[in-house]
Amino acid sequence: MSQTVLAFAEVRDGKLRQVAFETLAAAWLAAGPGDQIIAVMLGSGTASLADELLARGANRVYVVDHPVLQSYNPEAYLAALQKVIAAANPRILFFGHTAIGRDLAPQAAASLGAGQISDVVAIERSGQDIVYSRPIYAGKAFEKKSFLSGPSVVTIRPNNIQPAELGSIQGDVVAVDYPAPSLRTVVKDVVKKMTGKIDLTEAKIIIAGGRGVKSAEGFKPLEELAEVLGGAIGASRGACDAGYCDYALQIGQTGKVVTPEIYFACGISGAIQHLAGMSQSRIIVAINKDPEAPIFKVADYGIVGDLFEVIPLLTEQLRGVATR
Amino acid sequence: MEIIVLVKQTFDTEEKIHLQNGAIVEDGIKFVINPYDEYAVEQAIQIRDEMGGKVTVVSVGPERAAEALRTALAMGADEAVLINDDRIPVDESAISKAIAAYLNNQPYDLILGGNYSIDNGAGQVAVRLARLLDIPHVSSITKLEVNGNQALAQRDAEGDVETLEVALPALFTAQQGLNEPRYPSLQGIMKAKKKPLHHMNLDDIGIAASDMFATTSRIAISLPPERMAGKVLAGDMNAQVTELISLLRNEAKAI
Repeated sequence: MSQTVLAFAEVRDGKLRQVAFETLAAAWLAAGPGDQIIAVMLGSGTASLADELLARGANRVYVVDHPVLQSYNPEAYLAALQKVIAAANPRILFFGHTAIGRDLAPQAAASLGAGQISDVVAIERSGQDIVYSRPIYAGKAFEKKSFLSGPSVVTIRPNNIQPAELGSIQGDVVAVDYPAPSLRTVVKDVVKKMTGKIDLTEAKIIIAGGRGVKSAEGFKPLEELAEVLGGAIGASRGACDAGYCDYALQIGQTGKVVTPEIYFACGISGAIQHLAGMSQSRIIVAINKDPEAPIFKVADYGIVGDLFEVIPLLTEQLRGVATR
Repeated sequence: MEIIVLVKQTFDTEEKIHLQNGAIVEDGIKFVINPYDEYAVEQAIQIRDEMGGKVTVVSVGPERAAEALRTALAMGADEAVLINDDRIPVDESAISKAIAAYLNNQPYDLILGGNYSIDNGAGQVAVRLARLLDIPHVSSITKLEVNGNQALAQRDAEGDVETLEVALPALFTAQQGLNEPRYPSLQGIMKAKKKPLHHMNLDDIGIAASDMFATTSRIAISLPPERMAGKVLAGDMNAQVTELISLLRNEAKAI
């Protein structure tokens, strides 16, 4: 019997996030023959983005457009999502494991009485069975899980599932009626600190600093390198605890778990808690003064030296290559 | 102010993971309060000290989890509840239903928990609980102010800061940066021994065993392949940097 698979298409700063295309791809991976793939887009004034979701493989896009959905309100978003769920009756729901998805998915699961598998990095389908792989203990181990019954809710970790590719536009767009619900939650203020910056969990290249950066000012050369490479800045707990940077940048067992193409560990010794958060990166580059630092045991390439000498050289040479 | 704090006992972050017969070895492991839950306990104590009331820490888990509850009592919580019953499966849906059943017979104004647990990392139970209790919630908070029947919370949304106001009762999950959790004092540890720690099973909390079913199951568990140490470059620093760029480009094909 054919069924409906839902992909939550997240919008940030007026654009569809990369993870929106990854949830669509996840929906296709989990779908059986004849299944209908729907995308859901909630927001205010973003309806024109629906075509891009059709072009990326959605059979139908449900759009809920309302001023109260301008920024994330847990209650308002759930109410909007429930409208779509009532209309489409999906059997599997995919969300990004992002600030919004981490909050919205468990709400949806609880209200559906559904199971949820969080932070999925791979999906395999064999016959009727869909198997989801996810890290536990921040990546110190991995488990494979499947659903036992009922509707299924899944959050996928950004940057791990190949995004759906651009094709021709097929399917239709459905605008969902959404009368303003009465809410107990009010969004008072949103301070956009990340506008124009690359989010850590979606970054292909991460330049991370540890205690070795010595001060908030010490992140400057790392930021310059990040700019040249189009990367994002991260940090170890040591750097955050010392007050050199915001906790939002922390990578590790407490903090974010990241899986970029290249991870530059600059002045980071490589404590087990930090390694848990970054050791699934494809390529690790370590720059550290201490040749005995444990980070060199996991690094693909290492330079023993002062990061304040090495990183500006790296930035300068890369700039040179870029302009050549 | 009646404050409930959800606490989970987890492996210490220093611990390595070993597998035996398809399960994680727990022998010799040091257990701690889930680090994110510590922020929740600290915040609860601060709010109680300012506004009066009671802090009750609640955990669902095996008998060893009592130790984490004792630590929370030593930090300053007033009372603890351990819901321990083999009929509760390790499943976020079932666990949140069990806590909801317990809280349905308890007064509460505020419920605090961690953003997620560092072991399973699913980040579901607290948010599910808010839904089951039908109360507003704000997850991943870095600041909380309670004013009468309202609370103002700052939420960390991948680096952006969202300020939300909710009507109480409400649930919040703690993100790093919310506060600096205290260490239990010697006096606190002594006092904790005399504080009430209630053991409860499904019959005590009033939920049928038939409601305690798992929605997902683990098929396999494995350790990630160990990373091998790679190449440590040598020579003149300028040349090392040139070599690194060339390796990233030609060998790793990453830039």
